Amino acid sequence: MSSTGMDEALWALGRGTGVVALVMFTVSLVLGIAARSGRPLPGLGRFGTSDLHRTAALTGAGLVALHVTSLLFDPYAQLRVVDFALPFLASYRPVWVGLGTLAVDVLLVVTAVSVLRQRVGPRVFRVVHWATYVLWPAALLHALGSGSDAGSSWFRVVAVVCVVAVVGALAWRLAPSYAGRGWTRHPRRTA
Amino acid sequence: MTAPQAASRVLLDGAGPDHDAHLARYGVCPRPRLDHLLATLAHSGLVGRGGAGFPTAMKLRAVAAGSRKPVVVGNAMESEPLSSKDAVLLARNPHLVLDGLEILAQALHTRRTVLAVGPEVDPASAMAAAGTRGLQVVPLAGGFTAGQESALVNQLEGRLGVPRDPFTRVTERGVDGRPTLVLNAETLAQLALLVRYGAPWFRSVGTDDAPGRSLFTISGSVERPGVVEAAGGSRLVDVVAPAVPVRPAAVLVGGYHGGWVPASHLTVRLSAVDLAAFRTTVGAGVLHVLDDATCPVEFAADVTAYLAEESTGQCGPCLNGLPHLATNLRRLATGVRDPSLPSEIARMSALVTGRGACAHPDGSARFVASTLDVFRSHVAAHLDGYCPSSQRREAS
Amino acid sequence: MTARLHIDWTRCDGHGSCAELLPELLAVDDFGFPLSRDGERDPAVADRHRQAARHAVRSCPVMALRLYDAVG
Repeated sequence: MSSTGMDEALWALGRGTGVVALVMFTVSLVLGIAARSGRPLPGLGRFGTSDLHRTAALTGAGLVALHVTSLLFDPYAQLRVVDFALPFLASYRPVWVGLGTLAVDVLLVVTAVSVLRQRVGPRVFRVVHWATYVLWPAALLHALGSGSDAGSSWFRVVAVVCVVAVVGALAWRLAPSYAGRGWTRHPRRTA
Repeated sequence: MTAPQAASRVLLDGAGPDHDAHLARYGVCPRPRLDHLLATLAHSGLVGRGGAGFPTAMKLRAVAAGSRKPVVVGNAMESEPLSSKDAVLLARNPHLVLDGLEILAQALHTRRTVLAVGPEVDPASAMAAAGTRGLQVVPLAGGFTAGQESALVNQLEGRLGVPRDPFTRVTERGVDGRPTLVLNAETLAQLALLVRYGAPWFRSVGTDDAPGRSLFTISGSVERPGVVEAAGGSRLVDVVAPAVPVRPAAVLVGGYHGGWVPASHLTVRLSAVDLAAFRTTVGAGVLHVLDDATCPVEFAADVTAYLAEESTGQCGPCLNGLPHLATNLRRLATGVRDPSLPSEIARMSALVTGRGACAHPDGSARFVASTLDVFRSHVAAHLDGYCPSSQRREAS
Repeated sequence: MTARLHIDWTRCDGHGSCAELLPELLAVDDFGFPLSRDGERDPAVADRHRQAARHAVRSCPVMALRLYDAVG
């Protein structure tokens, strides 16, 4: 394969993994809200919802790793190693790419704490997990601003579907009927 | 020092906060080595006087087995509303309680030794006594569950005073992660006497299964309520006699987590073995007399409402089950003629038992079950539309 | 030595994954909280349930479960 062919392949891989990762995080966020609700999803049950939430998140994380690696080696993206750790220093669309870097930083912390949750305890785990509400918008904005497919119609459809799903799930999360995990009972007082 | 005689009130006739008077009466505080202390405690059969009745020697052994320097906490929280023995003991004999703490502190080489005092206990006497000896008295927030071991540990660490998951015992890891020995104030005083006069002296009073003396708080329908000192295993009727009960229908033994002994059985001995038939223990020595003009179901409804409110709200079954019990008892008390009430109450009692971080739901269920059992005919009368107690009130 | 499932009641929020994964060991009470079917505080976990029990421990969103070995 010629060098330009290789570059195009890397660029395609970078874009592809980025978009699918966004979809994975959207699925994970929506399933996370479904899991927190304590209601079983048809065919999955409560544990199945938790399992799928986790699988989607880890798949997304894996795709982000691929996304980042392919873009590091792609000369068209002009990214240095530092751009993957510290945000807003890139020469190409610094703000939008920077949001991606921010999302990766948050993703690293959330993933680490989630994997080590038995060690850090439920309180720390829960507080850090709230950061996913920063992760998802950052990832979305990054995709819209820096992704070269952003203008294309199929990507717009994907983005709209993701936004509708998250907004819908959030609305349910904030509704009073969501509380109590579906049971009529006194809310617990946690120490 | 010559040991006090069997009939004397050793715990209650203290010297107050005056240390010199205390030394004149009891002699210098002994400094036994750990192995000697353990042997004395084991031989004596001393069990905790805070309610759980756990063998003190076993607790001490568990704490001593830890690798880190332990913490000793005296429990004078007096969380049981019907109890005032710890308050009275601290007012009359604070130095004996502090002796107990000092004995343990030096035998265990503790890192920290404190006396925790609840809001119902006047700390003045204890603080005055402790100040002269360099011991720490810590007033803490109250509540029915505040005196529970792990709740106490939480408060001492500056956290909310709610119980912890019992998977890790406080004797293993408590205050500051150290093995923690929590003993009731009276238990500490008993220990201080035991070490001075010996286990045989301790066992010369009381019965084989309830050795030594105990403090009891007598309340309710009596002419002279208050705290008394009696030999372990004494008959209930003999212990409450000096308080002069008025028309007793039953006695609640063990407080709000205890059980009823009906008037027909007041000759029962106050020991774990004999009280087992009434599904209760001596607990913290609460003896509450109910007269025949007070409706036991209404009393139980009031108590259960209080117990429901005192749930710390951490554990779902307790938080939800106790109010359910309270509501149903209230319905029964106010004359709702629903024949399914007793079975529904029994079902919920069983449902909350063993499903919480502490014994609050278990004890509450025990009290409710005892009420429905001992006052079976009274409950049946309610379901038939009348209350025997209110009839007696109207008649008199 | 018996494997047992310990429920930390100070953490349990009645989510219900555990009862779904271990229906032979756990029922659900009136309020959505797990109820040990064998009447013991910490229900015994037979070998055939061990994998499901580990899954339940992982699945609990508030980490209220723990599998341990008990004497008897």
